[in-house]
Amino acid sequence: MPLPKLLRLLGGATVTAILGFILLPALVVTLAAFNSRAILSFPPESWSWRWFVKAIAYDDFQAGVRNGLIVTAWASSIALVVGAAFAFALDRYEFRLKRTLETILLSPLVVPHFTIGLGFLILAAQLGFARGYSVIVACHVVLVLPFVLRSVYISLRNLDPRLELAAASLGASPGRVLITVTLPLLLPGLVSGWLFAAILSFNEFTASLFVTVQRTQTLPVALYNYVREYADPSMAAISVMYIVATATVLTLANAFLGLAKVLNVEHAR
Amino acid sequence: MPAEPRFSAPARVADGTNGSAHAAVALTGVTKQFGKITALDAVSLFVRHGELMTLLGPSGCGKTTLLHLVAGFLIPESGEIAIDGQRITDVPAYRREIGIMFQNYALFPHMSVAGNVGYGLRMRRIARPEIDRRIADALALVKLAGLEERRPRQLSGGQQQRVALARALVIRPKVLLLDEPFSALDRNLRASMQVELKEIQRKLGVTTIFVTHDQSEALSLSDRIAVIADGRIRQLNTPHEVYRHPSDRFVASFIGDANVLRAHLERIEGAVASVALGAARVTVPMRTLEGSAVGSAVDLFVRPEDLRVAETDAAAAAHGTIAAQIYQGGHIDLYVDAPEVSSGRVLLRVPSHEAASLRPAGTRIAIALAADVAIAFRSA
Repeated sequence: MPLPKLLRLLGGATVTAILGFILLPALVVTLAAFNSRAILSFPPESWSWRWFVKAIAYDDFQAGVRNGLIVTAWASSIALVVGAAFAFALDRYEFRLKRTLETILLSPLVVPHFTIGLGFLILAAQLGFARGYSVIVACHVVLVLPFVLRSVYISLRNLDPRLELAAASLGASPGRVLITVTLPLLLPGLVSGWLFAAILSFNEFTASLFVTVQRTQTLPVALYNYVREYADPSMAAISVMYIVATATVLTLANAFLGLAKVLNVEHAR
Repeated sequence: MPAEPRFSAPARVADGTNGSAHAAVALTGVTKQFGKITALDAVSLFVRHGELMTLLGPSGCGKTTLLHLVAGFLIPESGEIAIDGQRITDVPAYRREIGIMFQNYALFPHMSVAGNVGYGLRMRRIARPEIDRRIADALALVKLAGLEERRPRQLSGGQQQRVALARALVIRPKVLLLDEPFSALDRNLRASMQVELKEIQRKLGVTTIFVTHDQSEALSLSDRIAVIADGRIRQLNTPHEVYRHPSDRFVASFIGDANVLRAHLERIEGAVASVALGAARVTVPMRTLEGSAVGSAVDLFVRPEDLRVAETDAAAAAHGTIAAQIYQGGHIDLYVDAPEVSSGRVLLRVPSHEAASLRPAGTRIAIALAADVAIAFRSA
């Protein structure tokens, strides 16, 4: 066999292996979810929907989804507004300590989540805050802010400033330039930032473990508490539903906004 | 080309009109700085009603800064700007009633052609039926009727430019500003768009300020040209005057092609002087030679079309060897090595119907001056 052909085959095999490695965990969990036996095992010997039924009916999971959605909606929306405002400031203005501000805003990327969670836990205790939704939301805002900030900032960088100048020359006041030109053109960046934030917030476990209580626990925390006591395939069933839900959201986003745009794959001129 | 000497700001050449009160656009002593860099240095410029004024200069000369000051995108550090006699120095862009067309057209990608053209009218809260009527008129003017619902990205470069022009004109601006509008178009389209723009501009009589670094574009389109370098206006005059009577060395070399030939000053007769180049004599104004003594070396600027191949040696300005002949259709560019008058190659532009008399590369020829008037500068 000639060497180039061998190399090509090896390359193909490597890529296939990597792709398989990426997809394998999801595949294993999906198959395990349909296992009719009451232990998490792979491969399943007989098939059943019953773990889905059980997972959906389980009170802690229901509460977890509800709590998670409440926290996610608030946290990603607040992060969007705050992150977009900071992105504007960083993109449009020159000021002292600009680099420092950027570093602080992006620092949750390098500070471990348990540190942030622990920090909020101590703060809440010191200030006498009940560990309600507000503390979890505040914690999640801090965690997802860097992602919103980056997303909006990149969109702003790609926005041709001449579009805004042209609008101004045509008689649009700064407020109307913002509403009629800037925001519509930033929409993909804003939506992608919000979506990223929402997915991250809904998934967040480490910090949430510190700041939630039984009443406010989000889905990942509820799953953790469940798996400490039971090891049946309802966990896997939840995972499958989670994957399907996320895929549906992304598909809808793609249909209405174009995923390429939302994920900033397609760069504005 | 030797290094460019600095000239003091020639405020008088910029004041080509009869005062600022009658000017459509008047800039008086305008200075704009970016940090430590002075982009414009006490520039005064008066644009007449209905004229097409070109700001011409190399990149970084301050011409775009000047345009942005008129548009209101920038505020000057000092000096005053007025449109139609009204001081607007610190009036924001959206209250200035100006139309601007950018190099990349800056069409709103999320709006249709009609949406783009009607934008300025919507901002003025004009009634819907009138908006529709004026959009239709504007699109007819730029020959785009029927494309109202297209998106900008569905249009060709030339069509996008027409939309941008319609969008700027539909608000009936007091001044139309054009920022290098043709540089993104290919050569053929550029020529036809230039003609069309000039026709529309003349038909509407809209005062226009046009920024370009392309000297041939400036020569063909402008009523007057302001040549800008280093944040100052070097010369302000009609294309013919700027081409034929450049005020300084920079203008002479920036506008059109010019040969710089080593000659010497032979005689001074009041405001003019006679310059000797080989056996040829040419009359030049003394204005650009102040301080030069009779017998001193001068740099004679001669346009390529003012040189020809001499039939006899009797009137030869120089001798040289043909290095290359380049056929350009209507004319032929002849590059000649003539070390006695120029360290670089001398360019002769001869009509191509004289091609029969031309000789191949390597032949020695005598060069004669086809004009008896030129311009010279002190040797640098």
